[in-house]
Amino acid sequence: MEEVDVEPAVTNIPAVGDKKHMGFAWGPGDILVYETLYQPPGPSGSVFPFIHEVRKDEDIYSPILRKLFNESHHIFVGLQTIKEDLPSKSKKPQFVSISKNYRSVIRACMEELQQVAISTNDAQVATQYGNQVSILLAIELIWNLCEVLFIDAAPAGSLLLHLLDWVRLHKADVYEKAREVLHSENPAEHPDYWDVVVSYVLQGKLEEVRQMLVKQATQQPAARGMYNLMDTLLSKMPYYNPGGTQTLTEFDVKWRHWHDEVDRCVQDNSFASNQHLELICKILLGSEDTLLQCKDLLSNWYHFLVTRLLFGHPTVKPTELHYFAQSSINMFLDSRTAPEPLDSILLAAFEFDIHQVIKDCSIALNNWWFVAHLTDLLDHCKLLQSHNLHFGSNLREFLLLEYASGLFTHHSLWQLAVDYFDHCPEFGRVYLELQIERVPLETERKALKVLRICEQRQMSEQVRSVCKIMAMRALRNNRLGSALSWSIRAKDAAFATLISEKFLQDYCARGTFSDLDLIDNLGPSMLLSDRLTFLGKYREFHKLYGEKRFTEAAKLLLSLMTAKIAPRSFWMTLLTDALPLLEQKEAIFSAEQTYELMFCLGELTSSLNTAAPGTDRSMQEEDLEVTKVELLRLALARNLAMAIVKEGTVDT
Amino acid sequence: MECINAKYVSQKISKTRWRPISYSSLQQPEIFATGSWDNEDNKISIWSVGTNGGSGLEDELEGDPQLLCEHKHDGDVLDLQFLDQDRIVTASSSGAVTIFRHHQNTQAMSISQHWARAHRYPCNNAPCTGVVCSSPEIVTVGEDGGIIVFRADHEGVIRVIENADSSTIHAVTYLRTTEILTVNSIGQLKLWDFRQQSNSPSQILSLSGDRVPLHCVDRHPNQQHIVATGGQDGMLCVWDVRQGNAPFSLMEAHSAEMWEVHFHPTNPDHLFTCSEDGSLLHWETSSHSDMPSFLQGGRNSSIISRSAMAPAGGNQSLISAWLSGDSSKGHLETTHMLPSQTLSVNSLDVLGQYLVCGTDGEAIFVNRQVPV
Repeated sequence: MEEVDVEPAVTNIPAVGDKKHMGFAWGPGDILVYETLYQPPGPSGSVFPFIHEVRKDEDIYSPILRKLFNESHHIFVGLQTIKEDLPSKSKKPQFVSISKNYRSVIRACMEELQQVAISTNDAQVATQYGNQVSILLAIELIWNLCEVLFIDAAPAGSLLLHLLDWVRLHKADVYEKAREVLHSENPAEHPDYWDVVVSYVLQGKLEEVRQMLVKQATQQPAARGMYNLMDTLLSKMPYYNPGGTQTLTEFDVKWRHWHDEVDRCVQDNSFASNQHLELICKILLGSEDTLLQCKDLLSNWYHFLVTRLLFGHPTVKPTELHYFAQSSINMFLDSRTAPEPLDSILLAAFEFDIHQVIKDCSIALNNWWFVAHLTDLLDHCKLLQSHNLHFGSNLREFLLLEYASGLFTHHSLWQLAVDYFDHCPEFGRVYLELQIERVPLETERKALKVLRICEQRQMSEQVRSVCKIMAMRALRNNRLGSALSWSIRAKDAAFATLISEKFLQDYCARGTFSDLDLIDNLGPSMLLSDRLTFLGKYREFHKLYGEKRFTEAAKLLLSLMTAKIAPRSFWMTLLTDALPLLEQKEAIFSAEQTYELMFCLGELTSSLNTAAPGTDRSMQEEDLEVTKVELLRLALARNLAMAIVKEGTVDT
Repeated sequence: MECINAKYVSQKISKTRWRPISYSSLQQPEIFATGSWDNEDNKISIWSVGTNGGSGLEDELEGDPQLLCEHKHDGDVLDLQFLDQDRIVTASSSGAVTIFRHHQNTQAMSISQHWARAHRYPCNNAPCTGVVCSSPEIVTVGEDGGIIVFRADHEGVIRVIENADSSTIHAVTYLRTTEILTVNSIGQLKLWDFRQQSNSPSQILSLSGDRVPLHCVDRHPNQQHIVATGGQDGMLCVWDVRQGNAPFSLMEAHSAEMWEVHFHPTNPDHLFTCSEDGSLLHWETSSHSDMPSFLQGGRNSSIISRSAMAPAGGNQSLISAWLSGDSSKGHLETTHMLPSQTLSVNSLDVLGQYLVCGTDGEAIFVNRQVPV
């Protein structure tokens, strides 16, 4: 047994009383909890006959998050179809764009949740949606970082640019504030003016800073020189251009020149008369103490990290990141506050410990959507090869199976899960086989959809099971035609026999066939079972008889008995059917055929006689039977006479 | 594909229908209704794609369907038809048939008529699978194999044909005002003439031998004897009900169940089909082979079709393009209308240049530039 990483949280189930003896059963996504009959010693309460369904994952029932599941399913399927044999160079942009698609779906979902949270009047709903928004925000933040570090795997130089974009995207409240300031009557006098300027500096948006500063400079003609100097510093800060011809070393030299220039300004006290400009200058210098003064504006340690890198180590290599991340977190958080789960997840990402990221996310989040999709994507990027689990197949498959099983418990999202199972090579099929049989089938339409899923995957056992359920239901509702159709589809011979039997009983009882449209159109499916064949052929006999094609009808009738297609119990009915044919004015059965009929009758009566003694059949019935046999014998004898005469006569 | 709008709606859509428009005014369709299935609470919803209707939010994309109103629906919506401008008839998996009224001034919906357990077994409900109406008459069919005729203004039932079919009837359409056509799960088409009192079909047509279940049927809008059906194997069949009892032509269309087939109501040389395999096809046949088709030109089109019969007697002057035979000579063009997707397209409806379809992927697609 491995140790648990964190103590599992205790969830109280409301409505379950104290001192009750509970039993439970695990489901794929939830647990059933029930009270047992066991009575603990002491005062015993009454047993409540309730079963509680305890759901682990509430999100799956949120109508807005359903869109996330549906849209990401589409992206997931698209990802699986990317060809294995493409060179990895051409695959990388595809993976990055898929990662961006996933993120844009998260964003869209987040925006919708936010709108609903704002517009609702119900405080409880608002907080619930608010919580979901913050979870999605965190997910998107982590995903974006993983995209930069693992999927895009940017080299030194462009790495920082990507990280800067990452921070800018998730610290977007600056733009709100900036708009507010700029739309005010006198922006330079606005109380938040300097906050906005400094925030822009911290995010490295120096163009915006210069535009903002112009507004201040026009108001203070005396300090124009100082503002001009700052403007020059800002405009001269070099940025690495990954697409350009400049090498990283050249950039580094250029950057150092600029850095020295900033340093000189600090040494000269060029900005001593303006505390704001001095602060900016020190930030540009990359002074960690100054940055820590701006804690409120940075608001979190990873922003601090990126700003620190921007002004101190713009050519940071991926391998050096974890050092800076660790020291940033130490500097930024005081020793008393423990890092939150998000902090440790991000730190693990900076350390390039993918498995730790996935593990921590699995613990912190209440559903598998995020880890399953991220792991799948990383696996496609060939980043997870070395890792194997002690159980199941591999990490990717394990997480996908968990996620898909959760979907399958949902009354409506189960269809999505099928494609996830399809892309789990080792256990996906087994999972699907077990789950698909348990989908409740309310209508034939739904049954057909389930059947199509099974048939496409050659799951014959499940096809049989679904058809059998539908056939049984039709039978219970006395819909013999439907029941027969379903058992034919399942190629279920035993069941087809059972239903054919019912049809024949119906016929014996009522003298007419029901569901003629079906029986007349059996076609080759008639051969599924002997009894079905008999049913079809027997109906054919009636049809021939109805069309007055007596000779053919007679031949068919006889063959039904001689070829042993007809069950023995039905022979009497068949022989009775032969009566009107025997009574025709012209001989229809030939002499030979009549002998065969007589043989059949003989066999039948002898078997009846041996089996019958002592049976409690009423006298009346017995009489009827005897009369029938007598009649038949008479008719047979007459027909034989006619046939012999006819066959003996030479046609002239 | 730029004229296609997709919207995720958090419910699996089983039916989509445009609200009818009067052809005298050159109006574009604006309102459509959808029904959901397989949800804990199913709904029937009314949407608008109009530019002037709806809430008119600035950042909403133009043409993005806006929800106008919705109403709870008991059971899966298995079929849905507009009775007139503001009344909708639904067929439910609970066997009920319901008329909803859409109050356009207040954007609200209410139930105006409800026949509970219209389709039933002796001790169970039977899902009602299809409904067709020509106001005020409504005809429904069900898994119980029954056909029921209602009138919108009558509480009672006008006529019932019990056990009209030994298997499930999947769809129904009007052939003439007094004649309907049903398709069932053993591959038969049955014509019913309501002028006759007998409870048996006036004609049965079937696919020989195969017994492939048929799921949908539509009648040619101008030539009432031409009928298109789609079945479990995804084949499109065109029938001439006057001639023979076998289909006039069979065309391979989809790789799984075809859920709906629709002739274009005003331009019947165009036909649309959708399927469980997640595709939506646009079929175009042109009666003059030398006429250039707008569909030609490098689009993702696949032509797999064959004609099962030789062309019918050529002495008829007005012969539909669908019956003019030899489709292999390039008279028939098919185009995929949706970007690749894997989940079933359950329903489609086309009106003017507008097409709407709904999927099991919980998305509605609206195409506002159908090339017809």
